[in-house]
Amino acid sequence: MTFLTFLTSLTSEQVVFILASILTIGAALVVVTNRNLFHAALALMASFLGVAGIYITLDAGFLAAAQLLVYIGAISILIIFAIMVTRRMMQVSESPFNSQRGLGFFVAVAGFLIVAVVILQWFGGEAFAAKPPVAPAVLSNAVAALGVSFVNPNAFALPFIVISILLLAALIGAIYIAWPRQRIDPAEDEA
Amino acid sequence: MYSDWFFILLFVVIVPVLAVAPMMMNRMMGPHKPNPIKQQTYECGIETVGDSWVQFKVQYYIYALVFVIFDIEAVFLFPVAAAYGVLNWFAIGATLLFILLLADGLAYAWGRGVLKWI
Repeated sequence: MTFLTFLTSLTSEQVVFILASILTIGAALVVVTNRNLFHAALALMASFLGVAGIYITLDAGFLAAAQLLVYIGAISILIIFAIMVTRRMMQVSESPFNSQRGLGFFVAVAGFLIVAVVILQWFGGEAFAAKPPVAPAVLSNAVAALGVSFVNPNAFALPFIVISILLLAALIGAIYIAWPRQRIDPAEDEA
Repeated sequence: MYSDWFFILLFVVIVPVLAVAPMMMNRMMGPHKPNPIKQQTYECGIETVGDSWVQFKVQYYIYALVFVIFDIEAVFLFPVAAAYGVLNWFAIGATLLFILLLADGLAYAWGRGVLKWI
């Protein structure tokens, strides 16, 4: 089979998956090899975007939207803030590798192989055949159905409230740890 | 199903073009005659003293952290809002509790002076 016939045999789903994978992996490679930490953070955002594309191919639209909002919109901003307040953004150009890069490469490859082997052993080839079909009516109504189950006592009402307590604990804990104990001088406030 | 996402793909394609095209047009169509006065950062005003790449206060990190918390809150509230027409009073109470618990965190942050720009 020539390359051209291979290309024309692809379904739209496969095309989207391949493009999203290329974006994810390519941007992730830029993240780990770029010498400029700020550019690496921007590439990480592109990588998150590719992961959102993969969620779309998995019919997980809300997860993709959450990925866009939380990871690209918030976590990346957090990382860029961290770079901004800790070091000089564009000037530092240091090697992204340290002496453990061989070991890190080995661990990454070994982790991938273990997961791949376990999936193949557990599901056989079926895991790669096709995803189970989802009715269009379910897909078009997925977000509202999720919202109903969030606040349904027979579904996720308790986890929903626990999430807010978790977020509250994270917020208060972060402020308690990071914010200076002494109050800002009121006289200084006036000025 | 991809038709739902097609317009996002459209944005992904069009937005970089819209961002890059004016800069490219500027470079291609504008005359390029630099001289030392034009190259200054400010044509008028005061020269910067020292390095303009200053280090920011680490406390600003808390702003970003608070933003992340409320961003996640918005993500969780969105499906509930999408289902608002079919919710009962229990559901609305649970959502209000969710919001109130996080409003607690906002009140704490406000009380500690985190929201004050220093």
